[in-house]
Amino acid sequence: MIIVQPEPIHPTQLLEQFTSSVSQAGAIVSFTGSVRSKSKDAEVSALQLDSYPGFTEKVISAIVQEARDRFSVLGLLVAHRHGLIGQAEPIVFVAAAALHRRAAFEAADYLMDQLKTRAPFWKKEIGPAGSHWIEPRAEDYRELDRWA
Amino acid sequence: MPQVLLFGWFAESAGWTERQIDAPSLSSLHSMLAEQLPEVGKALASGKGRMAVNQVIELGDVNLNDGDEVAFFPPFSGG
Repeated sequence: MIIVQPEPIHPTQLLEQFTSSVSQAGAIVSFTGSVRSKSKDAEVSALQLDSYPGFTEKVISAIVQEARDRFSVLGLLVAHRHGLIGQAEPIVFVAAAALHRRAAFEAADYLMDQLKTRAPFWKKEIGPAGSHWIEPRAEDYRELDRWA
Repeated sequence: MPQVLLFGWFAESAGWTERQIDAPSLSSLHSMLAEQLPEVGKALASGKGRMAVNQVIELGDVNLNDGDEVAFFPPFSGG
């Protein structure tokens, strides 16, 4: 399941719904990514995330399908917010369910690594010192290479 | 005429997100854009930007038709 929306994401609620949808699962892993309060020592008060309606959903669906083909999972969920997101608020939530833990951990890890560099979003950090666009770090591309 | 969309800092630097630009091909549109917006041109030339036609990433040249949606954007940054 995929959710891309400007409204706030509620990880606890999503995890509860997801868990009840995968009753056969022996393992459920979830990850929440939130807006940091600092980036390279600069204070961050909010993030502006732009999306490309239609295309963003299409690419995320393809990534979810890849994860489904690659790992023995029973269910996957990706929820991604866009628009203006305040400090400490969730940006992204992923969950993976499988019979055993390894596949669930790996699928969630895979989804996050792919979303970082392949999901069509553009991110601007906003803080008291001004705002600037941020792009994936070298580290993010290295993480992606782990799955090549 | 193709509908041109800009995203992220490309849009901010251009001062617009969407407009119709008459161009017969992606490469001609790319050149026109690079001329008007040198920073964007530089990013595209150095691989720090990409193009999509009708929501499909295009690496080479393609002909453009009326109503095609052409997007130019900097690297994706999700999660």
